Amino acid sequence: MMPKGKYPLLTVRSEIEQPYNYSLGRYGSKLLKELRDNKRIVGIKCPRCGHVYVPPRQVCGKCFVKMDEFVEVSSRGVLDSFTVVYFSFLDPETGEKRPVPYGYGRIKLHGADSEFLHFLEESDIDKLKIGLPVEAVFRENRTGSFKDIKYFRVIRE
Amino acid sequence: MGQRVAIVGTGQTYHRSSRKDVNGVELIQEATARALEDAGLTRKDIDAVVIGNMDHFEGINYVDMWSIDGNGGLHKPIMKVTTGGTTGTTVAIAAFYHVASGLFDTVLAIGWEKNSESDTTAAIITCADPFWERPTFGGAIAGLATGALGYMHRYGITERDAALISVRDRKNAVKNPYAHLREEITVEDVLNSPMLAYPIKLLDICPRTDGACAVVFASEEKAKHLTDRPAWIHQVSTRHNYTFFTDVDRSGRMPTLYEACMEVYRNAGIKDPLHELDVVEMYTPSSFAGLVWIDALGVCDEGEAVKLVSDGVTEMDGELPINPSGGVISTNCIGATGLIRVAEAAMQVSGKAGEHQVPGAKTALATGFGGCHWSDVLLISSRKPS
Repeated sequence: MMPKGKYPLLTVRSEIEQPYNYSLGRYGSKLLKELRDNKRIVGIKCPRCGHVYVPPRQVCGKCFVKMDEFVEVSSRGVLDSFTVVYFSFLDPETGEKRPVPYGYGRIKLHGADSEFLHFLEESDIDKLKIGLPVEAVFRENRTGSFKDIKYFRVIRE
Repeated sequence: MGQRVAIVGTGQTYHRSSRKDVNGVELIQEATARALEDAGLTRKDIDAVVIGNMDHFEGINYVDMWSIDGNGGLHKPIMKVTTGGTTGTTVAIAAFYHVASGLFDTVLAIGWEKNSESDTTAAIITCADPFWERPTFGGAIAGLATGALGYMHRYGITERDAALISVRDRKNAVKNPYAHLREEITVEDVLNSPMLAYPIKLLDICPRTDGACAVVFASEEKAKHLTDRPAWIHQVSTRHNYTFFTDVDRSGRMPTLYEACMEVYRNAGIKDPLHELDVVEMYTPSSFAGLVWIDALGVCDEGEAVKLVSDGVTEMDGELPINPSGGVISTNCIGATGLIRVAEAAMQVSGKAGEHQVPGAKTALATGFGGCHWSDVLLISSRKPS
């Protein structure tokens, strides 16, 4: 029999913590090695359409051909678009709330045709603008990680 | 394109921010039962089920089997489809393929989500490349914010222009009994709402909703016995884009939506969509996208959407009403969101939309948006396809 009257609607809390080991492949691994050892950002050029992709990957989706020509691209570029995030959310990478506010942007590196997504030093929306020149700031102690680039900062001459 | 296919029944839950009175299976069953009732069918009449929701939102990875009591698929073929935001429209297109192929005559499509059960942004972030994009990506809100800023820069639109979309959709939702947010808002309300990720504010973005939707697709032979107001599927189109957000070409209008619409119009012989379409149920994840992507529907020149909206063309009494249901800005049970667009488009051309009916609507377009800027489009009409 259903219980009579009002009773609380319950939820059950469940947390899944699951480690993954994602393969970066030969090309992604090369980018990280170059970042760590030489503070260089490498891309890859399609032999058919000439498009330079960062990060490098094996196949040009448009031409569906294998790419094998690595090219060095500049660690400087232009801010194509950006946002500053103010709302707080759980970061699935850390299991913690991601610190806010933080800025991140789509950066068109000189010598690349695709863009690169990374953190911005600046999180004051009034100091950011589409088209601003930016440069990568590398960490002192690099470990072969995405975070070997600390963030991109606006170049103010 | 195979045998003719019509939508003969639709069902939705009364969408809410949290439905703690039901679990996911029970939520699905509510929508399924309503769709079957609307079609005048029972579970036994269904040949196959297609179901979809978002990966990681509920943390249940085999919902097709887990939801069997609610989805009506006991001892029947079931297929799970999940394509991100487009899940609901992809479920509809898959159900259409089932029937059009001639292998099945009556197929149930189901989309559902219990957004209240997890951190939506955390779950969405798992769609991004684990190494290159997850560290920075701030989920749908932040991703749409970088797009919105690009639109402001490229087309000179303002936050005030975008707010018109939220105001329009929330006004329409008042007349839709199933909608989640049913209170009118003003442009000032939108502009004064909390900033989430610049330039997107709370009232520029879709809510998190618990809800489900089910739609019955039937062959011509079945449909003629079931209803005198079938909603015929005339065309479907799907266009996917790259995996990395930063590979998406953003130099012009939303490319996948534009390409999908153009294919649908070409195959349907539509030359002037602004006048030949009667209503659009458009997947508008944010007010900015809902504004700028209007030009990807091919109903105006690129960058001219603001003029259409501010002239009232997309209002209920305008030339081409968009989102009579209140759209995604008012209701967003994500795995169901695309399917609700299809259900609402079908309801419009069948004359079953009640208080939010566009009078005399015969031809409707339903769109889906997902993942890395990819699109589904369905053209639905009360006229039988030739």
